[in-house]
Amino acid sequence: MNVIDLKRMANQIRQDIITMLVPAKSGHPGGSLSAADILTVLYFQEMRIRPDKPHWEERDRFVLSKGHAAPVLYAALAEKGYFPKEELLGLRQTGRMLQGHPDMKGIPGVDMSTGSLGQGFSAANGMALAGKMDGKDYRVYALLGDGELAEGQVWEAAMAAAHFKLDNLTAILDFNGLQIDGTTDEVMSSAPLPDKWRAFGWHVIELDGHDIEALLKGFDEAHRVKGRPTILIAKTVKGKGVSFMENAVGWHGNAPNAEQAEQALKALREEVAQLG
Amino acid sequence: MAEKQATREAYGKALIALGAENPNIVVLDADLSKSTKTAEFAKTYPERFLNMGIAEQNMMGTAAGLAASGKIPFASTFAVFATGRAFEQIRNSIAYPKLNVKIAATHAGITVGEDGATHQAIEDVAIMRALPNMTVLVPADGVETRLAIFAAVKHQGPVYIRMGRLELPVLFDENYHFQIGKANILRKGRDAAIVANGVMVAIALEAAEALAQEGISVTVVNAASVKPFDKETLTLVAKEVKAVVTAEEHTVIGGLGSAVAEVLAEEWPLPLVRVGLQDTFGESGRPYELLEKYGLTEERLVVAVKQALSKADR
Repeated sequence: MNVIDLKRMANQIRQDIITMLVPAKSGHPGGSLSAADILTVLYFQEMRIRPDKPHWEERDRFVLSKGHAAPVLYAALAEKGYFPKEELLGLRQTGRMLQGHPDMKGIPGVDMSTGSLGQGFSAANGMALAGKMDGKDYRVYALLGDGELAEGQVWEAAMAAAHFKLDNLTAILDFNGLQIDGTTDEVMSSAPLPDKWRAFGWHVIELDGHDIEALLKGFDEAHRVKGRPTILIAKTVKGKGVSFMENAVGWHGNAPNAEQAEQALKALREEVAQLG
Repeated sequence: MAEKQATREAYGKALIALGAENPNIVVLDADLSKSTKTAEFAKTYPERFLNMGIAEQNMMGTAAGLAASGKIPFASTFAVFATGRAFEQIRNSIAYPKLNVKIAATHAGITVGEDGATHQAIEDVAIMRALPNMTVLVPADGVETRLAIFAAVKHQGPVYIRMGRLELPVLFDENYHFQIGKANILRKGRDAAIVANGVMVAIALEAAEALAQEGISVTVVNAASVKPFDKETLTLVAKEVKAVVTAEEHTVIGGLGSAVAEVLAEEWPLPLVRVGLQDTFGESGRPYELLEKYGLTEERLVVAVKQALSKADR
């Protein structure tokens, strides 16, 4: 996909997120919208995947360590063709496929069950280690939230990934600066972030997580780094693309009602129209 | 019984054999490989051994990722850290997605000895048993440990294997049959049954012998497979005796004693006495002195059988 198409897809994924959260009546729009551009680049450009064969052994793996952003993952998987888009409207509902947090057993394309913060990152390490042991060239991607960095397990995994020289692992930090109880600086500061990751032995790339070209370049650079893992510290805006949700703590874990959704979708449709 | 072997020792040896026959076996440890006996595997198959450092949560999560990529990881550390420190990693990253991780925990129970209560897992079986998708095995000697480890590899899904530090009498020979979900009747009697596992099986057999001298005839069941639990065998045994005693090196809350109580209550109610740690932590001391102090002895089992039988006479 070219950059314009990727931008259109990111916009579509944002519309999907809003649309699926309405009937769900709960869920996490803020941290899903902030990661929409990142997942778009991963699923529609960067990753080597086959939606017709979700368990293809040579595939690149993606672990949504910030599992509460499930809507953005489900939207990307549905748009990619892993399952019908109608499934999105069954999000979080009894007896339906799409669980509140990613479920690898029931949802095609989900590579790891996540939701308890910090845990997915370790699983991504395990996948990268397995790839090294088997001499396979697949890559593993893990998306972390900045609030998630307070979990000690993240730093256990960060230490291990550098120790085992996992250059087939790329972490992406969705650095939107907000968590449930306030800003990350208020709740539990993770500063200075790039320094911490460098000190843990990682190659660090800082970029704008909504700049498609920057993301493409960042992943490209990660490919070329040998002997250590890479993290893209992607500065993002929580709620990005929906003006009333942007940078608003209250939209971490609340679904929009029908009226709010219509307002959001209208703005998103106008935005995509401007792309031409 | 002259020959003795710690279950952890048998585990280490089983891993070497498994490593040779299955290239997907990977072993992880958290800086305790000399104690858990994974060190020999590390030396033999260095490319398939991962020392994760003192970081049990990341070890379990990494094992999950390895399993998701087709490996059969054995994650080893002391039982208290495996099931306590990393409980929620086991729950959400291993049990919920039913990943093929084998949690091979050593140094379970008070027979850890001198290190004391912080290092003596007495509740590990209870918490592992509560997890959906989890299989829980508590072998009684080196032979059964080896068979349990091999059976765990054949089983698709998470398995918790509880092993100890202490050298135990070798009870079984190579003809012994072990199957996940099956209990083994080691001795048949008419009056009462002792259902035991792990360290307590050898002690239960001695107690049955002592009771026979007094004219009390006792069945001894080895319930190494705590989950799935062999309801059928226990029900059949229960129908032939008047009372049941359970024996485990574990708190009586949630472990083998509870599993037996649940089956009896639902299938064939009988008087029951549960021998084990009575809702208490352990302490430092020599293993056999601690077993004595906490009532995990032949003498205590003899008394327990008589107590259970006296309830049956009421």
